[in-house]
Amino acid sequence: MKLISAVSPSSDAFRANETANLEALEVAGEAVALAASGGGEKARERHVGRGKMLPRDRVAGLLDPGSVFLEVGATAAHGMYDGAAPGAGMIAGVGRVQGIDVMVICNDATVKGGTYYPMSVKKHLRAQEIAETCHLPCVYLVDSGGANLPNQDEVFPDRDHFGRIFYNQARMSAAGIAQIAVVMGSCTAGGAYVPAMSDVTIIVKDQGTIFLAGPPLVQAATGEVVSAEDLGGGDVHTRLSGVADYLAEDDAHALALARQTVGNLNRRVPDNVVWATPEDPAYDPGELLGVVPGDLREAYDCREVIARLVDGSRFDEFKARFGETLVCGFAHVMGCPVGIIANNGVLLAQSAEKGAHFVELCSQRRIPLVFLQNITGFMVGRAYENAGIARAGAKMVTAVATTNVPKITMIIGGSFGAGNYGMAGRAYSPRFLWTWPNSRISVMGGAQAAGVLASVKRAGIERSGGSWSDEDEATFKEPTLEMFERQSHPLYASARLWDDGIIDPRKSRDVLFLSLKASLNAPIEETRFGVFRM
Amino acid sequence: MISTLLIANRGEIACRVIETARKMGIETVAVYSDVDARARHVDLADRAVRIGGAAPGESYLRGDQIIMAALEAGADAVHPGYGFLSENAAFVGAVEAAGLIFVGPSAEAIRAMGLKDRAKALMADAGVPVVPGYHGEDQEPGHLEVEAAEIGFPVLIKAVAGGGGKGMRRVDGPAGFMDALESAKAEALGAFGNDAVLIEKYVTKPRHIEVQVFGDGTRAVHLFERDCSLQRRHQKVIEEAPAPGMTEDVRAAMCSAAVRAAEAVGYKGAGTVEFIVDASEGLRADRFWFMEMNTRLQVEHPVTEAITGVDLVEWQLRVAGGEGLPVSQGDLAISGHAMEARLYAEDAEAGFLPSVGTLEHLRFPEGVRVDTGVSEGDVIPRFYDPMIAKLTVWGADRRAALRGMARALEGTEVAGTVTNVGFLSRLLAHEGFQSGDVDTGIIDRDGAGLVANAPMSEEARAIAAVTALGLGGGALQGFSLWAPLSHFVGIGEDVLRVTPRAGGADVEVSGQLLRLVSEVDGWRVDGEKVGLRAMRTSGGVQVFGRGGGFVALADPLARGGVERKGAVLAPMPGRVVRVAVSTGDTVREGDVLAVLEAMKMEHRLLAARDGVVGEVLVRAGDQVEAGLELVRLEDEA
Repeated sequence: MKLISAVSPSSDAFRANETANLEALEVAGEAVALAASGGGEKARERHVGRGKMLPRDRVAGLLDPGSVFLEVGATAAHGMYDGAAPGAGMIAGVGRVQGIDVMVICNDATVKGGTYYPMSVKKHLRAQEIAETCHLPCVYLVDSGGANLPNQDEVFPDRDHFGRIFYNQARMSAAGIAQIAVVMGSCTAGGAYVPAMSDVTIIVKDQGTIFLAGPPLVQAATGEVVSAEDLGGGDVHTRLSGVADYLAEDDAHALALARQTVGNLNRRVPDNVVWATPEDPAYDPGELLGVVPGDLREAYDCREVIARLVDGSRFDEFKARFGETLVCGFAHVMGCPVGIIANNGVLLAQSAEKGAHFVELCSQRRIPLVFLQNITGFMVGRAYENAGIARAGAKMVTAVATTNVPKITMIIGGSFGAGNYGMAGRAYSPRFLWTWPNSRISVMGGAQAAGVLASVKRAGIERSGGSWSDEDEATFKEPTLEMFERQSHPLYASARLWDDGIIDPRKSRDVLFLSLKASLNAPIEETRFGVFRM
Repeated sequence: MISTLLIANRGEIACRVIETARKMGIETVAVYSDVDARARHVDLADRAVRIGGAAPGESYLRGDQIIMAALEAGADAVHPGYGFLSENAAFVGAVEAAGLIFVGPSAEAIRAMGLKDRAKALMADAGVPVVPGYHGEDQEPGHLEVEAAEIGFPVLIKAVAGGGGKGMRRVDGPAGFMDALESAKAEALGAFGNDAVLIEKYVTKPRHIEVQVFGDGTRAVHLFERDCSLQRRHQKVIEEAPAPGMTEDVRAAMCSAAVRAAEAVGYKGAGTVEFIVDASEGLRADRFWFMEMNTRLQVEHPVTEAITGVDLVEWQLRVAGGEGLPVSQGDLAISGHAMEARLYAEDAEAGFLPSVGTLEHLRFPEGVRVDTGVSEGDVIPRFYDPMIAKLTVWGADRRAALRGMARALEGTEVAGTVTNVGFLSRLLAHEGFQSGDVDTGIIDRDGAGLVANAPMSEEARAIAAVTALGLGGGALQGFSLWAPLSHFVGIGEDVLRVTPRAGGADVEVSGQLLRLVSEVDGWRVDGEKVGLRAMRTSGGVQVFGRGGGFVALADPLARGGVERKGAVLAPMPGRVVRVAVSTGDTVREGDVLAVLEAMKMEHRLLAARDGVVGEVLVRAGDQVEAGLELVRLEDEA
């Protein structure tokens, strides 16, 4: 059925929403611009002066001209390390090479020589995770000095640290997901294993180097004096050592060789879903900024968002009269069939059970799931607990956790508490997780958290016979409120890669489509659900 | 009546003859050489017979093969087209001896007109003005001086054995004659060992005007004149009818002279009487002289057809089939103005070097007559004339025809090979030509400006860049979450920054930002329809329309690899005429290494630097493809 919007783009409310949301968008946009400028003008000039292409131009040169680029973690490390690692020193994202979707991971050598900060490692691993789950060939445009030494304790030893990069490469290669490295600068120490572990490696003449220890370390260790080029330059590695396979004249040539390599992968995208003829929504996605309230506490009908995301604004709503705080239904996004699960209020037992049912339906039919998160959490209170809301919630969480259809999550408002879990938050491994600039994410609302802490404190004070003034309580709550406000901000979340990036809500439909399309590079496996608590 | 016609030709003229024959219900038989097996004329004809190898001498000049093909195919007539055997009297004789009709004049008429001196004498007898001159054996200077005065100054003294301008002097008046004669004779003696000279009228502003005639063997009519003054090395480039500045009395004088010429040889069929005209004081009835008669259908006959409404091939076939002249002179009249341009696969900028290649794309605009022997996808065979097409336009007057031709050239789209379309456009726009003030020297005088390709416009370069990248108008084109990605495209000397976006791209060219939008009918630049169309070809991007051009694109992968230092490669396909060096020879920069014959021209391959010949990889007589290594040069030890 075609959804009918009740929103008037000429209303005052619409304009007020738009103004508020544009402000939030601008804040995000500034952070992205800062990240995109890398290590600053001087470092970029030095980089170009060496005959190297800037990282973003390298990505462009690798991709098919006009290819989409679904960038991941654009504002990673924002506000961290005193701003020393814009974008965590790398660019990652999904683009098309020779018509094939690939994951590109490109070091930005203008940022501290492309060395890996903890968030760089996390971003690299996240990009690999996307590649692995979506079966995307990986192209590493390498130009990195390896681990950032001052941060070695947070990048080297743990499971999800540097070593995991090569573990992933080996595992992906074993799974038939091509690993291609283009060495366009340094590849030192641990970094040397990126090209070495790749299926195919290209190296730029007189520019790319690969070695476990650079000339200074060699001299310190053995006294041997050797130039970087003689130690591990392109000539050495393509002629003597065999660590690299193709010798490129320069960056552009190297990228052309990489394109050639991808062109010879002989990949076929599995036939997962039945595509429909794409159709524009009846309502302009550009209106989304005015549809969604600037204030998260203000309730609105999530169908207004759905109407601006799906083909023809047509939505086959499932169980519309039952568990109304969760909206479930089938639709198409640019021809791709999807099952949409969206919040229309707090999760009740009925809504959770309906959600679990709907996930089962989509899994049975192998239809990808789209979660539109705007959730304060599950309902609390004696009546609900006694009726077993945790049991109902567990069903939904089990269904979401164990389904094998691709899940795409978009946080379009609040993402609080266990609602985050039921709605395929980060821990539930959606293929992609995007957030809107107006969103907030935390274990509970700041006011609730401050209230909980204050009530515990008041109980203690009053137990020992003391008294606590309202002013003192307000002062006590202040830091908690401030902390929650700061930490729930989407930039804070994105900096830590709790999501894959903040997006312009007006591009949501495109982003959903591209996320779905990338995901469908992998076959949709049969689902086997866990035990549902009945 | 002819029922089955064999066309002893190829290319556009064979196609043109076939089309009329078909209209008349005549069955057509094409002949073809090995390289023409899939040519357009073969495709058009009802039947086709292979007559031999690619070289004309093995096929289209093999009269015996052609006659055998005609007999085998049951043809009762042979149309020779132009060129090849069309003016070969012996062939005419053989055709007729085989019991076939030759569509054209008699062998005698051809022979009479074939010998230039005899033809001139014949014409003079028939009262046709011939270029005044002295060709006598009396070389006594005093006598020559008298002859010169009789011819009237200015005159040209030429060595009888001459060539290349040696022993040639222009004399403007009696005062300088003796000195000029003396030096001409001395130079002739030195150069040719023979100091005999001839004297001719020097035409200061020559125009080439010819009259189309048509005879039935006894009587003849004319179909007015054509002006073919735009020539390059005696090759006509643009022809038109009627001649600019022509007056009724000059036309009457020229046309009646042409009819007299035709009737003097009992001409049958279509022929052309060529005159040289002195236009230094406009066209005058006493300033035109017979040069020669072409005893065949001319390349440029469509302009005559356009202004008279006559199908000359139909007339040829009817008269050859035994009918009399289809109309009388009084029925013929000029309507409007027509022009023809010859579109060639040649690189004007590179000295009109014939170009090779595949016609990857071939489109002509509406409203123009196109005579062509090729189709899209054809390879231009290097064995024959590299003409792609003749474009003929008609207008109510000369201005309209000029505009029509400009549009026709602008709308002509050829990709995959270099063409002279830019040269034709510039020639058309030449001030002298536009005003009708033409003479045969225009191209030589103003050649540099006409030949040099105009730089591509910024719009054209921008369109070339997006075409090079293969961008279109997709809704998700260039999608990114935030700032879009940009590409850098080398177009000639420039590097253009191209930022794709939904429906088009933003292109930075020469410091200017152009917004390109892809529409069904081409690119809009800053909202404007710019009349430019572009396409990828195997070698680059071709942009059609005003300000367009070709941009070669390097294969990004064609770098590095095995080096071929010192390799001397064949610049084009051809035959090695001579290898001038042997292994071990020491050569200096500029020395000839080998001579390659291609497209009827010899190309000398020179050493680009000093060195020693390391290896010679070909022998004289070898047929080679472009890019083949011929000689390898090594550094001197």
